[in-house]
Amino acid sequence: MRLYKKIENMEKQYDVCIIGAGVVGNAIARELSRYHIRVAVVEKESDVSMGTSSRNSGVIHSGIHYKPGTVRARLNVQGNAMMSHLCRELKVKIQYIGKLTVAQDEEDIQTLHSLKEQGEANGVPGLEILDAAQMQKIQPGVGGIKALLSPSTGIICPYGLAIGLAENAHANGVDFYLSHEVSHISANGHGFRVRTAAGADLSCSVLVNAAGLYSDRICRMLGITEYSIYPCRGEYLILDKRLQGSLNVLVYPAPRKGGAGLGIHLTNTVDGNILIGPSNEYVDEADDYACTAQIIELLKKEGHELLPWLSTSDFIRNFSGLRPKQMPPEVKGFKDFVIESRKDVPGFINLVGIESPGLTCSPAIALMVRDMVAERLPLREKSSFVAERPGRVGFFHELPPDEQAELVEQNHDYGEIVCRCEQITRKEVLDAIQNPLGVRTVAAIKYRSRAMMGRCQGGFCLPRIVEILQKDFGYRPEDYILNSAGSRLFAGSVR
Amino acid sequence: MNTIKHDVVVIGGGPAGLAAAIAARKSGCKDVLLIERDKRLGGILNQCIHDGFGLHKFDEALTGPEYAQRFIDEFNSLGIDSMLSTIVLSVDGKRNLYVSSRKSLTRIEAGSVILSMGCRERTAGAISLPGTRPAGIYTAGAAQNFINLQNIMVGKKVVILGSGDIGMIMARRMTLEGAKVEAVFEILPYPSGLARNIQQCLNDYDIPLYLSTSVIEIHGKERVTGVTVAGTDKNFKPIPGTERHVPCDTILLSVGLIPENELTRGAGVQMEARTGGAGVDDTFMTGVPGIFSCGNVLHVHDLVDHVSDEASLVGEYAVRYLDGEIKPPESYIKIEPQQGVRYVLPQKVSGMRDFTLSLRVTTPSRDRAVWVKDGDRKVARKKMIRLHPAEMIRINIKKEKLQGAKVLEVSVE
Repeated sequence: MRLYKKIENMEKQYDVCIIGAGVVGNAIARELSRYHIRVAVVEKESDVSMGTSSRNSGVIHSGIHYKPGTVRARLNVQGNAMMSHLCRELKVKIQYIGKLTVAQDEEDIQTLHSLKEQGEANGVPGLEILDAAQMQKIQPGVGGIKALLSPSTGIICPYGLAIGLAENAHANGVDFYLSHEVSHISANGHGFRVRTAAGADLSCSVLVNAAGLYSDRICRMLGITEYSIYPCRGEYLILDKRLQGSLNVLVYPAPRKGGAGLGIHLTNTVDGNILIGPSNEYVDEADDYACTAQIIELLKKEGHELLPWLSTSDFIRNFSGLRPKQMPPEVKGFKDFVIESRKDVPGFINLVGIESPGLTCSPAIALMVRDMVAERLPLREKSSFVAERPGRVGFFHELPPDEQAELVEQNHDYGEIVCRCEQITRKEVLDAIQNPLGVRTVAAIKYRSRAMMGRCQGGFCLPRIVEILQKDFGYRPEDYILNSAGSRLFAGSVR
Repeated sequence: MNTIKHDVVVIGGGPAGLAAAIAARKSGCKDVLLIERDKRLGGILNQCIHDGFGLHKFDEALTGPEYAQRFIDEFNSLGIDSMLSTIVLSVDGKRNLYVSSRKSLTRIEAGSVILSMGCRERTAGAISLPGTRPAGIYTAGAAQNFINLQNIMVGKKVVILGSGDIGMIMARRMTLEGAKVEAVFEILPYPSGLARNIQQCLNDYDIPLYLSTSVIEIHGKERVTGVTVAGTDKNFKPIPGTERHVPCDTILLSVGLIPENELTRGAGVQMEARTGGAGVDDTFMTGVPGIFSCGNVLHVHDLVDHVSDEASLVGEYAVRYLDGEIKPPESYIKIEPQQGVRYVLPQKVSGMRDFTLSLRVTTPSRDRAVWVKDGDRKVARKKMIRLHPAEMIRINIKKEKLQGAKVLEVSVE
């Protein structure tokens, strides 16, 4: 069983190597795939978007929260403006549903005004202070005396974007080395040699560090010791789609002094679930995705307060993500993104501490990195670049019956529902199994097709997907892995 | 898109749907259609290869597939129409269905609809288990599918959380296939499943059952490496100092069943929080005229025999509705669960016909009686030696006893 597509000659030459296939690494790869250069992405996980990129709120931020003049503020507003066109090209779901930041007292109202001022200085469009009546019109039932409306705030499928970027980059010639953990990097003044634990040996003249939670380790491999990443965990609960429609707009409390992050709140997802979270707690390991009893209880309590009609069977799953913080727990607070072309290590473009709003910033970061690459390499546009990703936006179950009927006529695999909770068809599951990056894990099918993401969490469809993999793709019991080599689903055949 | 019409449309070809379709046909309806999403009839019984089905109905201990086959044979001999490998995408309050199969998407206009979609298992996410989410966590029913239908072993060293019947049956099944089942942990102070399964699936194989004990954390990054378990107090909170680590590579969950009512809700049917199913009257008609419900989608049963009996009645009522014989009464007699009773079904009756009251108690007890009262008047009383939440209680009530009644109160005394 291979976790990654075999690359025949493991000693390869590239112009640019990008370490990390999160949304930032993939956005850079996709941007660079417009030019006549050879690009590779090296990723330690079996799939793209396995870290912070798939474990977040999926919000496209407007840019009101960051100090004018910071890299983060500039890239946020720029990235937000780029996102709608990008999502159209990549067939990724996005909805600009807007956000209310709600004030409860006079002090909060002052905060709203300063956020509005700050946002306007950053170039955030359409900001408006609403009174209680205007606010109720947008989201009936929301408690508060005034609110700041930021209409450019949106929601997106975060792993959908990361996968879309990677698949489009791959279609335009970028090589992806998945399940390749970087084990050694050497710089010789003209370029780099990057070796991986799985045996790849790549040379490149420009090396981009987009390793997220591991970006400090990549720095240290090159003798750069000034950065440290402190993983800060955010836990979430996912709610049943039954509650879809409870929320028209994102609603956040006005930030208060001494509060960390943006606080626990409800977030709609583009797929119709609501998220409760995230919490905010530093952890020791960059892969500690455990959820804790205390936080789960806290999130449930918040959920019941924010949505009084919530029932216990509405909680369908919990998960956590890690923010790559640059500030240690004893200091807390925010530090601006590091995006630098290192003078001391020529050709090394270093990205550190890309936490929220990194998802929103990703296409703008890619442009910034492209300009840094252009200082080292001539970038000539390819006429063969195809910006459009094939397929269509959204799922079969989101279509009106007449269009569904037509699709079933055209391809009978659309008529067979494999995942009953999300009504995901066999065609959609087959497309996910045969994904262009060649990722053969069960998690890859989940993230691409949405099968197993519903309220029964695969109780119904996992056995059916296992059967499809066995009958159509020749899988044996030992071939099924969840997401990494050690995560086999089964112990073998019944004796 | 094609639109077709049928008198009675049954959704789901498990034990409830089969019995309902057969009864509808036998009640004189010639145009019955059963829709089943799987490629064969029988529903979940197909993966229940252990015996013990049919003890009440046939006085025999059949396996699941054998029990199902008796109904499938009768279904086929009556020449009832079915659409297999076909899933119902939606039902509306006017009994229009959209159904999808590999062949086509079809709209169906139904005279009456019988909902018999069964139930699904509660998951690790649904009970918000703390810890990681590695490979090796399965609901007991999914594991049963892998082992019994696909010949795949899910693991070798197993911990079972929850003492539901499927969990206990899988404890025995895994043991027979060479796995080591470390223990079954149950958060409640009493088991959730049937007494006979505790004896035949756990005691007979020396598998320990720990009551008032739960898994409080899952360990393992790639595959499960173990669980932390702890004793729990009466609020189901872990008791500090009782934690211990149990190494395992697999966790099976048997922590409850949830009636699968997404289609029901879509049709605008009023739901009952206590059962997780539709609210129904003594004809098993929901609040939406012409839409009926039976089996585990209505309330979770412990015995399939009772599912078949219930569904047979519903098949008949669905036909009588078409014939105009079933009309809502001017006022219903409400049935309310009181002390010691978790739920009752039906929740309201017309008083015009005999009916069977189904109920479950809240806690185990001995030597009590279930009382059905209209004010101070006794309507029915059932004396029982052993009462247990795992066992559904059924009481037959004659219409003569209902005259003048407004509210029936059901309690354990």
